[in-house]
Parts: sequence; C-alpha cells; structure tokens
Amino acid sequence: MTAPQPLAFVNARLVDPESGYDGPGGVIVSEGVIADVAKGREFGKLSKGVRVVDCGGAMLAPGLIDLRVKTGEPGAETKETLASAARAAAAGGVTSFVVQPDTDPAVDDPSTVDFLLRRARDIDSARILCAGAATKGLRGEEMAEIGLMREAGCVYVTDADKPIADSKVFQRLLSYARGFDTILAHRPLDPWLAKGGAATGGEFAARMGLPSISPMAERIMLERDVALLEATGGRLLVDQLTSAQALETLGRAKAKGLRIHASVSINHLSFNELDIGDYRTFAKLTPPLRGEDDRQALIEALASGLIDIVVSAHAPAPAEDKRLPFDQAAPGAVGLETLLPALLGLYHDERLPLIDLIRAVTLAPASLLGLQTGRIAPGAPADLVLCDLDAPIIVDAARLLSKSKNSPFDGRRLQGQVLMTIVDGRIVHRAEG
Amino acid sequence: MTASAHDPSAAIETIRKRLFSFPKRHFLSAGDLNAPQAADLLDLADAFVALNRQTSKSLDLLKGRTLMNLFFENSTRTQSSFELAGKRLGADVVNMNPKTSSVAKGETLIDTAVTLNAMRPDLLVVRHASSGAASLLSQKVSGSVVNAGDGQHEHPTQALLDALSIRRAFGRVSGLTVAICGDVLHSRVARSNVALLQILGASVRLVGPPTLMPAQAERWGVTVHHDMKSGLAGADVVMMLRLQLERMQGGFVPSTREYFRFYGLDREKLSRAAPGAKVMHPGPMNRGVEIDSDVADDPAVSLIQDQVEMGVAARMAVLAALAHRLEEEGR
Repeated sequence: MTAPQPLAFVNARLVDPESGYDGPGGVIVSEGVIADVAKGREFGKLSKGVRVVDCGGAMLAPGLIDLRVKTGEPGAETKETLASAARAAAAGGVTSFVVQPDTDPAVDDPSTVDFLLRRARDIDSARILCAGAATKGLRGEEMAEIGLMREAGCVYVTDADKPIADSKVFQRLLSYARGFDTILAHRPLDPWLAKGGAATGGEFAARMGLPSISPMAERIMLERDVALLEATGGRLLVDQLTSAQALETLGRAKAKGLRIHASVSINHLSFNELDIGDYRTFAKLTPPLRGEDDRQALIEALASGLIDIVVSAHAPAPAEDKRLPFDQAAPGAVGLETLLPALLGLYHDERLPLIDLIRAVTLAPASLLGLQTGRIAPGAPADLVLCDLDAPIIVDAARLLSKSKNSPFDGRRLQGQVLMTIVDGRIVHRAEG
Repeated sequence: MTASAHDPSAAIETIRKRLFSFPKRHFLSAGDLNAPQAADLLDLADAFVALNRQTSKSLDLLKGRTLMNLFFENSTRTQSSFELAGKRLGADVVNMNPKTSSVAKGETLIDTAVTLNAMRPDLLVVRHASSGAASLLSQKVSGSVVNAGDGQHEHPTQALLDALSIRRAFGRVSGLTVAICGDVLHSRVARSNVALLQILGASVRLVGPPTLMPAQAERWGVTVHHDMKSGLAGADVVMMLRLQLERMQGGFVPSTREYFRFYGLDREKLSRAAPGAKVMHPGPMNRGVEIDSDVADDPAVSLIQDQVEMGVAARMAVLAALAHRLEEEGR
C-alpha cells in the first residue's frame, strides 16, 4: 500500500485533552503520524502535495478509543463481524476499539488472541484491539493464561458480562495480573441478587411486572472488589458503573489511592429506566437502565473525574433476539456510531466542558492501556475525528452500518455530525454531501 | 331477579341497548379504561349475566367472527371461560395450543403472531408467561387482542369480573374498602385489580409479607400492610391471591404452614373485616395455604363461585364491545 497523501487540517476547533487545549488551530498529518500541530496560529507555507482540508470551524479531536465493544466474531458473524464493527466505528469517529472475549469460542488463550489480531490486521477502517478472558471459558473458575495472552497482544483481561463470583479466584487474578502489569476489568454484580432479573428493581419494574435486579447487586460486588484490590495492589477497571450507591464505594477506593478506574456506558448517561416504556426491548441492557437519580449521579461523577472513561458498550443483537417478550429478549445495544453525538449532548446541555468529554473517550482510555493514541501531539499516531458539533441529526437505526440495528437511540434527535475520520493518516470515513 | 331475567328476548334487548364500542382496539390493561367506560362494561356484563341464566343463551353478535385462544400457559378456567363466551356470542372459536405447535419448535412469539394473523382471526385472546407479551403481539396483528394474563403484569378481564362480582354483591364498588392479600409481587390479578378498583372509586389495601410486596407499592395509591389483622380491619372485601407453590423454593416464605398461620384466611382473621364482608379468590385455590376451606366454601361470605359465573359474562361484554368496534371501523 502506498503512503497516503499528507493532509493539512486548517481552520479547526482543536481539542486536545493531553495539552488541555481547546481553541482554533490545525494539524498536519503525514506518513501515519501527526507531523505538526498549530495552536492559535496558522501553518506557514505548506509544501507541495499536501492536501488541505478546511475544517470550517468544526472540532478536530483525537479519534475515539472505545474500551468495550462486542462483535460476533468468531461464532456469531450474523450479528456483527470485526469488519462491520470497524465500518460502524469509522462512521462514529471511533478509531480504536477493544473487542470483548465472550465470543464462541471465547478468547481465553494466546492462539485465539493471535487469531483475532490477525483478522484485525486486514481491517484498516479502525484499529482493533483485543481483551482476553480472565478465566478459562469465562467460567470464573480457573485463571486463563494471562501472561501468554498479554504477550500475544491482548490489552487487558476480563470475563466481560460475567461477574467473577468466587472471591478467591478474583483475588488471585488481581494478584497474578499485577505481575504482568495487566488490568483486570470487572463488571461488579452479585450474581445471586441479580438472578433472573431483567430490569432495575424499583417502582417502575414492579408496576410493569418485570423480574428485577436491585442496584445493590452492583454495590455489594464492588465493595468486595475494592477490598481485594486493597489487599493485592493490582489494577482494576470497574466496568460500566450504573448506580449512585456504587459511586460512593468507588469514591472511597480512589481516596485511598488504589489503582482503580471506572467506566460508564453512554447508554446509562443518556437513558433511564423509563425508556423501557411499553416493554421496549431495544432499551433492555445489561446492566439494566437505572433511575434518573442514578443517571444524574453518573453525569456528576464523570464531571468530577470520579468516572474516567465512557464506553459505547456496543453489543449487537439481531432483531430476532430483540423482538421477544421483554424477559426473553437479548440485552444490549449497538453504540459505536452514536457514542460521540450522544456524548456531545452533555456539552450542549452545559453539563461538562467539551474537553473533559473528549478526554473520557480518548486520552483517558489511551493512558489506561498505555497507548500512544488519544492525543494530538507531534509524533503521535494520526488518528483523528472531525466533527460538526452543532449539526442536528436524527438517528435512523436502519441506516446504521452495524450488522445489527438494535439502537435505543433510534429516532432520537442528537447534535453532532462526524464529518471525517482518520486512522493512521488515512481517511476512513467521510460524511455524505 | 327482575322479570326480564326470565325472558330471553328481554335480556337480548337490554344487551343490544347497552352494547357500545370498546374504547380501544385491544384490551391489554385495566388502566386503559376510565370510570364511565368501566361502568358501561359492567352494565353490559350484567345484561349478559341475565342472558346466561336462561336456557337459551345464544346470541349472534359475533356471527362470522373468529376468536382464537392462544394460551402459552395452561389455564383451564380462563381458556374455557373465553371459549364459552365466544361460542355464546356466535363466534367460531379456535383453541391453539402452542405447547404442541411450532412455538415448541423454536418459533418466536412474533412469528407465531404473524402466522396466526394470516388466518385472519378477529379476536385473539392471549395468555403468556412474560410481562408485555400481549402488548408485543398486539403490535403485529390486525384483529383485536385481549390480554388473558401476561406474566406478572396484568389480567384485565379478571379485574373486570371481580368488579362485577363486587358490584352485584354490594350494589356499588365506589366507597368500598378492598383488601388484596397474599403474593402481590408475582400477581397480575393484583395489578389489574388495583388499577380497576381505584378507577371505580374503591380504596385498596395490599396485605402480605414484605418479601411478596412489590417495591414501593405504597406509591400505587394503596396502603400496604404486613399484618392481616390491621390489613383486614373493617374491609368490605377480602380478595385472596394464589400463592404459587414454587415461591417456597424461591425463599420468599419459609413454609406453607407458616404462611397459612400468618397470611392464610380463616374465620378468625376474617372476623376483623367489616360485618357482611365478602371473600374472593381468582382460583385455583390452595386450600389450607392461603385460604381455609371453611371460609372458601361458605356461601354466606364467599363470592368465589360467583366469580366464575361472572367471568363468562364479563368476557362476553369485552368481546362484544371489541367486535362492535371492529364493525364500526368496517373491519
């Protein structure tokens, strides 16, 4: 492949969380890296052969890094393949994403990590990273080959949606992973309290006659995780916090200086339990949508930095898995294409400064995983997103590029249109018209 | 009984006079009705009770219409009640048994609905173990759907027949105090009754152990009691709910004998209720678990047999009103 033409982005609103800069500027991209950055100034005379892109005041930010994406590859390719997920990512301004290990077969040994990363290498519309299973077969019993998977290239380990109930196993995982400086990501959920539940326990689920999960299930497990983290000194990524009471636990752990990070899904920042409405299965998620108080607490936690990272929690499910009675329907929502515009809602509502929102989907996940992406600095990989912050859009699930169209944002009016996505210095997506 | 009750043509006359168009295309939830609509339905049902007590009970209001019973959960009582109601109104009644059909072979609810819809049933009566199933089905069919019980959500025709039984026993529903007792958490009967009884102006209490009470039930506009003594004090109607025996394994209550001791209805507990109080149960009963036979079988206090009779009449009223709407819409 020939090297792509150098690009000069001018007249942009440059947002770079690493330097804390949000202002007028431009970027020159050449040979896959950022060659020059202009903040509050204009580039001098550009050399011949550089293609100039006039951004017209649109935001130019590091490409988004999404730490939690599911595809159906391998095992359920009708839901989503790595390639279809990468196309969706490019359309959403996501330039790197981490696929979850709960596939069929599970990504729980170095050969499956290797297989996945080889498949990913042929796909150039996004950088695909991979998480390994924390335990063999995601069964929560025996530790997976964390060291070998790490060597093969996995970026963190997790049992994805499955909580690791056995405290001894969890303690050993934290402790062992520390030896490879590997992050363990865990969705805190007490499996006994959560058994059989489909919605958040409370007045609404009770009226709807839905089997429910108490938010206490999250807090109890997080309390345990934090206690064991304190004992082992490992690194923990709390996967998708959803409840106000668990935020208190997280706050105490952070105050103690533990190496703990937390993510929240865009869905839990955007919706509450009432969005289930008349049994709308497209809003059935795992963890389930919570009350409005919880949603507000999550936004505040993101603003205060207590929550570090926002993820799409992209979980494709085809219509036949969704068009079922609520308790039988598959949970989850696709999110790669709506992550950025939905997140920008918090900027338009003046809940968070733009740069803080961008940090949660760029620099914060990059720093956590030790990636060079997620910043606009000379020498950094040229992964960028150009976005018209003010353009109104109406989400049309049928037009999403994901193979599955299960978006709770279908029909929603959002503000923010991805104009162009750059991966490794190449334009991988450009808005129509 | 009035004189007209002995004359089928007079009963039919009354029915035709009271017949109206159902306010919605489907009957999914008791809360879909407002007070006058609920009263109209009860008036119509009353007229069907009169007809049902004649030797000749047949009518042709649903002539040419097809009623399909689609029961994903077994229920002899409700299914035969709807079947009888449909037949007495002159409909062609088909009972589908999904347990032995393609649903058992992995066909989804929607596929089943689409398939059955192609057979053009006018009225589709659905019972399903999942909350929201009837609503989901109603979005995919061209006829009218009657919710005959969806999971733990609603069972609106049960609420209607209960209201009819109460109104016939007391002459009114408004101003009465109704205590709904037992496993409220898992009960669709309770949810529909809370809605309809309040629409009709009754005050409702929920009585049961905290483990069987829905979260924040006090926000349903009811008072919540965990003690039968206070819950039944001065109540006009005591409505017992069935305790599913599998709740015992679920750890909601420790044993049936302990449950009966504290939450089972016997004479002693009933004596707390208002003089002349009536006892109800949607059936089937667990005798000696939630209700003592002594109370259940006493015709002086028990409305349980009336409830079964009212079931057919109430369902005839719903089916007739829904069909009337279909007719008015030219479908």
